[in-house]
Amino acid sequence: MQNAELFTLTYGAIVRQLLTDLEEVEEVNKQLDQMGYNIGIRLIDEFLAKSNVSRCVDFKETAEMIAKVGFKMFLGVTASVMNWDADGTCCSIVLEDNPLVDFVELPDTCQGLYYCNILSGVIRGALEMVAMKTEVTWIRDMLRGDDAYELQVKLLKQVPEEYPYKDDE
Amino acid sequence: MDTNDSLRVASLWHSMHAISQQLSPTTGCSEIELLEADTFDLHIFQSLTGTKFFVVCEPGTQHMEALLKVVYELYTDYVLNNPFYETKMPIRCELFDINLTQAIQKDRVALLGR
Repeated sequence: MQNAELFTLTYGAIVRQLLTDLEEVEEVNKQLDQMGYNIGIRLIDEFLAKSNVSRCVDFKETAEMIAKVGFKMFLGVTASVMNWDADGTCCSIVLEDNPLVDFVELPDTCQGLYYCNILSGVIRGALEMVAMKTEVTWIRDMLRGDDAYELQVKLLKQVPEEYPYKDDE
Repeated sequence: MDTNDSLRVASLWHSMHAISQQLSPTTGCSEIELLEADTFDLHIFQSLTGTKFFVVCEPGTQHMEALLKVVYELYTDYVLNNPFYETKMPIRCELFDINLTQAIQKDRVALLGR
């Protein structure tokens, strides 16, 4: 796919520019997450419109949806869901293939950088628009020497749309 | 309808939607999908993100749910993907308007056979 390279290079250019502008690796991580969040809150509607899925029954279904349908639709790769906790509110999404990091090697000066942090923001933003507050963190990162990309997605709470009407007023 | 009228209708509907959820006689009912009046029908589609789309049409018009789904897709393509569109503001995206008009024209041709 010709435009996949352009996508990878564009992302790389963004990260490099952020490192130049912000200097602190932690600031870059935060900015990537924020950018991801801004993308996620809009991307979710495109996902829902194009995939035509109905409401997920539980968080397990949500996670599978993200891994199998979401990642496929937007990054062209499928991920797997694993390591569920006892109440089904925390799991890992594992990517073996990641188009964002083609050709990338992290230099020593970038220790602590989560190069793909935009992805954690995207997931967090998207889920927030469907009433779920989550925490998304990196567990494994191949650019840091691990054997896969593993994102932990933890459901903090469901926040259904509240109408400001009280019966007893 | 100008922008202010649209906003008035939308906010009126938002309240009615909330009230109807509470008043629904059947359990598991989430929203109004269709309002049938003497001179018009009002179809509503609500996405899982809570965004609502309305279409007002002649009574008895068919395939409005399909049209609403098409409009939803156009919204995600031309409005949400436009980086200069501010969320929750009135939509002033030319590409959206053009494609929306085309979608409705196509629909009319299909329905009326001309």
